[in-house]
Amino acid sequence: MSSHDRIDIFPSRMNLTIMKTRLKGAHKGHSLLKKKADALKMKFHSILRKIIEAKQLMGEIMKEAAFSLAEAKFSGGDFSHVVLQNVGKAQMKVRSKTDNVAGVKLPVFEHYEDGSDSYELTGLSRGGEQLSRLKKNYSKAVKLLVELASLQTSFVTLDESIKITNRRVNAIEHVIIPKIERTISYIITELDEGEREEFFRLKKIQQKKEVIREAQEKVRKDWEKEKEAREVFSSIPSNHVPSMLDDKEDEDLLF
Amino acid sequence: NKMAASRAGKLLAVIGDEDTCTGFLLGGIGELNKHRQPNFMVVEKDTPTGDIEEQLRLFLSRKDIAIVLISQSIADVVRYVIDAHTDPIPSVLEIPSKDAPYDPSKDSILRRAKGMFSAEDFR
Repeated sequence: MSSHDRIDIFPSRMNLTIMKTRLKGAHKGHSLLKKKADALKMKFHSILRKIIEAKQLMGEIMKEAAFSLAEAKFSGGDFSHVVLQNVGKAQMKVRSKTDNVAGVKLPVFEHYEDGSDSYELTGLSRGGEQLSRLKKNYSKAVKLLVELASLQTSFVTLDESIKITNRRVNAIEHVIIPKIERTISYIITELDEGEREEFFRLKKIQQKKEVIREAQEKVRKDWEKEKEAREVFSSIPSNHVPSMLDDKEDEDLLF
Repeated sequence: NKMAASRAGKLLAVIGDEDTCTGFLLGGIGELNKHRQPNFMVVEKDTPTGDIEEQLRLFLSRKDIAIVLISQSIADVVRYVIDAHTDPIPSVLEIPSKDAPYDPSKDSILRRAKGMFSAEDFR
């Protein structure tokens, strides 16, 4: 087994425990990420449905708006140039907020109006009614488009994060978990082998010890035999050995 | 910094024919910035593609623009720029142009979603 398909780690009991914890963690992470992916997918589908609805609505509203523009032009003359030339500050702006779905931040746009209408005086001479309807129609269109834009932005963001989450789920499922499992089985094999080696070593030592013990025994037995022989020998009364303490008359010493 | 920018409020930009731009300006989205750059572009029939692309890229890079509205007929011309733009903000929104009805199958975003939903969703 090469070190590519398992984690390079010393096969010890401690590392086995660590690996087992990691495997448990990986499984936990996998299930959590899967839940996250499911939640995102659900949100994604609901947003998609809303986008499709909004796009259809947009078609209608834009048609209406274009029609009212034609109407206003018919009654008020061509005011396009006046409008295009007299641009000042925007009246309709968007604010962005963030919405949180399963830890993914989705930008949400919100339109708001500030400042005054810079075209208050346009169409004052004629076609005022049509023009105000036109303005209303277009601001309605803008509101819908802002909504649609925030849906679309959420869509893009969600799409991206779903892809990332799926990639992570797959990575854990097909790379990380098998790798840890292979590492665990490697450690177990190594430990078993070590155990067998240890067992063999102990047997070998026992054999050695047996030999040594026998040798010692032999020496001891020899020694005991010798000792016994000596005792037997010494138990034999030795009369010929003179003793100082014996109450015997010594010969006088003459100087 | 980012928060401040979002609190300040962002703009919508329009790229479309004269009528579309006029309409949206009357809707109140037009603004000239400090450098007197408009946030809209009127595209005539003879406007070169290069100009549209340049303006679109400018809109996409401006920090004060959150949404870019673009007529679908014009979007078709610079489709590669829109497809290459993958950031969520600014978001590019294709709107129907006056002379051509909206075609959802051309929309860059909806094309991305293709295969994720069934045909009956379109009705």
